[in-house]
Amino acid sequence: MILQIGTYFLVEKFILIAIVLAISLLVAMYSTYAERKVAAVIQDRLGPNRAGPFGILQPLADGAKLFFKEEIIPSHSTRFLFILGPSLAMLTACMTGAVIPWGDSLHLGGHVVPLQVADVNIGILYIFGVVSLGVYGIMIGAWASNNKFSLLGGIRAASQIISYELAMGLALIALLMLTGSLSLNDIVRQQHGFWKGGYFTWNAFRQPVGFLIFLVCAFAECNRTPFDLAECENELVNGYHTEYSSMKLGFYLFAEYVNMFISSAVMATLFFGGYNFPFMDHLGLSANWITVLGVVALFLKIGLLIFLFMWVRWTIPRFRYDQLMKLGWKMLIPLALLNILVTGGVALYFNH
Amino acid sequence: MQALTDRAMPVDRRPLNFWEKMYLPGIFKGMAITMRHIFRKKATISYPEQKRPFSPVFRGLQILNRDEEGRERCTACGLCAVACPAEAITMEGAERKPGEEHLYREEKYAAKYEINMLRCIFCGFCEEACPKDAIYLTETFAPSSFERDHFIYGKEDLLIPLPGEETKTPRP
Repeated sequence: MILQIGTYFLVEKFILIAIVLAISLLVAMYSTYAERKVAAVIQDRLGPNRAGPFGILQPLADGAKLFFKEEIIPSHSTRFLFILGPSLAMLTACMTGAVIPWGDSLHLGGHVVPLQVADVNIGILYIFGVVSLGVYGIMIGAWASNNKFSLLGGIRAASQIISYELAMGLALIALLMLTGSLSLNDIVRQQHGFWKGGYFTWNAFRQPVGFLIFLVCAFAECNRTPFDLAECENELVNGYHTEYSSMKLGFYLFAEYVNMFISSAVMATLFFGGYNFPFMDHLGLSANWITVLGVVALFLKIGLLIFLFMWVRWTIPRFRYDQLMKLGWKMLIPLALLNILVTGGVALYFNH
Repeated sequence: MQALTDRAMPVDRRPLNFWEKMYLPGIFKGMAITMRHIFRKKATISYPEQKRPFSPVFRGLQILNRDEEGRERCTACGLCAVACPAEAITMEGAERKPGEEHLYREEKYAAKYEINMLRCIFCGFCEEACPKDAIYLTETFAPSSFERDHFIYGKEDLLIPLPGEETKTPRP
């Protein structure tokens, strides 16, 4: 079979990819600002407010600072891998956005433009694959640094991600038993609206335990604070990026924020109805307007989830390593298995 | 062992019970606390625009005082330099010439009077030692600078300006 790919299709996808990439980078940039602001208000401070009105130029200043810093590559490091590490972290962070449906289709002059870069029918598997690649960036960078602290950080990151990916996958299996599809587009469409047939349509209300497990695992996958064992400052001197400086360090830090944005987007898509919002069928607006509002709704949900990430980060301290492993293997995985069992039972009861 | 203060608390080393092992109740409690802090009044004072008020007994930079007729009160007796525990004050005395009565109150005056603000500990002993009410501590502090020399304040920095005279701009 010959693939029928027209120029129009290519141009459309290129524009979409550029927009998605730009938006993820922009959101990540302002997440750094938001993180500092959230940290500040939680700690009764004001936060950055000097660069521009309310300090909104702060991320630019931070980025410029990182760019102009001296670039150090340790003489005992493996040069190629040392550079590959942050590049890979950044690359995998940006790749996940491809399968997320950012909105419903737009109808532009006879063309139907789906606001999704690639509607693959195994979208969830793609996300899992790319997310597990993400740890290679950390591991390679840690290994190439040739530093004991970095290596310890890398080992911790690897073992942590392996442990939590299991629970994450199991939590999703329970969800997939309800949706019956691996395509993110289908999953979002099933959550149309907010209330239907006497119950919520959003998966967070159908799979609360699954959502909780997924949330905890997403924190772990993003190396965010209760689980930032890989880069803990006080034990490992920043772990895997001890030896990094300048923009390579910036890429590692930035990749964390892109990851946070993407995992918030994935959670919003899987559990909070993606671009669906309550009363979307009763507003009496044209389909295009509903789509635009849907995109706004999705970004609102993503913003709230990012705030949740930061709120948790500035609330609780880091887990000890044995607590982390115990939580992953002895609590989350059995809980996820139990969730699968209960979900199966309930699904059978209602479908018979 | 006897506790050192009455606020000592024994550490609870009982193993966590099931509820605590779930972590979530504790986490939610913590998150409620941090959420409350978001709406609290902020402790920050935006410095150049807002200034923290000094206490009435604040001891800052010294000034050399003048009498009611605008004459310098200091007679270079050296008691402040003797009282200074940090040895920050140096001075040189000089004799008043005829015709200078409108400048200096008594027959002797300080030709040179220097305080090293890097040594000064702002204890205020100079103020207490002075028999002529010539030196006082004000409610300002030395502006920051990259040069050590800028912290040696001479007479031109310390003397309060005559009424009508331009206030000397602080050193960079």
